Amino acid sequence: MKNKLVCYFSAAQSEQPIIYRLVKNYDLIVNILKADINPQKEGYLVLELEGDKNSYTEGVAFIKSLGVVVEPLSETIVWQSEVCIQCGACASFCPTEALNIERNSMEISFIDSKCVICGMCLDCCPTRAIQLHFEIKGAV
Amino acid sequence: MAVKKSYEEINEKIKRGEAVVVTAEEVIEIAAEKGYAKAAKEIDVVTTGTFGAMCSSGAFINFGHSNPRIKMKKVWLNGVEAYSGIAAVDAYIGAAQLPDNDPENKVFPGRFSYGGGHVIHDLVARKEIRLEAVGYGTDCYPNQKVDTIITLDDVNDAFLFNPRNAYQNYNCAINLGDKVLYTYMGILKPKVGNASYSSAGQLSPLMNDPYYRTIGVGTRIFLGGGIGYVAWNGTQHHPNVSRGENGVPQTGAGTLSLIGDLKQMDPNWLVGLSFIGYGATMAVGIGIPIPILDEEMLRYTAVKDEDIFCPLVDYNEGYPYSKPMDLGLVNYKDLKSGKILFNGKEVVTTSQSSYPRARRIAEILKEWIQRGQFELTRPVANIPSADDDIIFKSIPERKPGVTYFNGGNRRD
Repeated sequence: MKNKLVCYFSAAQSEQPIIYRLVKNYDLIVNILKADINPQKEGYLVLELEGDKNSYTEGVAFIKSLGVVVEPLSETIVWQSEVCIQCGACASFCPTEALNIERNSMEISFIDSKCVICGMCLDCCPTRAIQLHFEIKGAV
Repeated sequence: MAVKKSYEEINEKIKRGEAVVVTAEEVIEIAAEKGYAKAAKEIDVVTTGTFGAMCSSGAFINFGHSNPRIKMKKVWLNGVEAYSGIAAVDAYIGAAQLPDNDPENKVFPGRFSYGGGHVIHDLVARKEIRLEAVGYGTDCYPNQKVDTIITLDDVNDAFLFNPRNAYQNYNCAINLGDKVLYTYMGILKPKVGNASYSSAGQLSPLMNDPYYRTIGVGTRIFLGGGIGYVAWNGTQHHPNVSRGENGVPQTGAGTLSLIGDLKQMDPNWLVGLSFIGYGATMAVGIGIPIPILDEEMLRYTAVKDEDIFCPLVDYNEGYPYSKPMDLGLVNYKDLKSGKILFNGKEVVTTSQSSYPRARRIAEILKEWIQRGQFELTRPVANIPSADDDIIFKSIPERKPGVTYFNGGNRRD
């Protein structure tokens, strides 16, 4: 199985070689998508973890046993209207019509609640007006 | 009696604030309501607009001299190389140029996040730009290296000079293959999963003057948010193609070469673009005013999306390998509706050219003319039209012999 997780850790936990253990002891494929550690050594890691079901469950239990707060990653799509040039290239790729062209004005709009965060729009926007944001809480 | 107006008469009206100016969208309804003859009498100017990716764009810059002076052999702006095989501190930054260390398509499809078009946008936005240059040193130009920060206000001259813009019509791209294609027409889904088009249709400048009667060398235009001029016909200008009864070409035809002072342009109308798997380029905003000299010009400007056709072209094999395929024509009204029919199957359309921005440009140009800020110009020379014998060429395949080594024609 494969999942994206956010791991919030404190200064004491950041001293631990967590990634090394996940690879060595649990045979997990680890992909670090984003990481941030402040000068006090607190911070978060956004991980994609892949492995068989047992190793995955044990690996996640191991991180939690260290006191690291583990949460599934929530992602949001952000459409920056001020960067968008209204070319319309994204709309035909959006499966839920969250990005939609109003056919009289030919203007694009984005309805957040319709978005299923498939990410199809990210590749086809030539101004990169559409971005994927990870939702990260304040420091734990 | 048939209406005739001269450029001088129209400009007099503009000066007095009495000119009747409408956009290329508005003229359609007026013509339908009043008829061509009456509309031609009433309307003096029709404004057009287009805003889309135009790779054949770039800017000439003169940086001024360093002390000691340098003859730049190579020059980079934010890591993107500009061509410097001209005078000492002159260079040309092209919109499609990539940074030397860009990963390109090594990991396919590449991202192409920054290129020459982004540099030009950043210059116009008055952002700080890193300027690096190297030279080999001469008696008159001893300096061999420059590494500094500049803005657009620091350079002597910067003018946009785009060799090919404002394509008169273009292909509608589809993918007959069974894998995704990453092209300059955007992402093309396999098995004709979408149809990608790139023209403002009824608003596009050359659609409204199909035989270039009023658009020629010297025509004053809206360019990148400022004022520019038509410098010449564009590269690949190919006017003698099949045309509809309204004179509008049914495939890519005429093009324009445009020039204008970058320092008076606006970053909203020159925007760097990244086409995944293809490269970097720039969206250029262009608006051209068309004087209604007579009823014929009014008829041309009243052209509607449903009467403008473009060819469906396969980008799996047809375009890249120049395989002739007749896949039919499609009109811009259908393209803009979001769906077209291909072989009885409904296909979603993907727009690459910004129609809302094209409309805005036509409106801005209209306001400039109405306020008396912008007068029309008669072309100082015409560009070749449909009856000129222009042949579209390809690179010849010949075997260079030893005498052609290093370009031939040695001077020892």
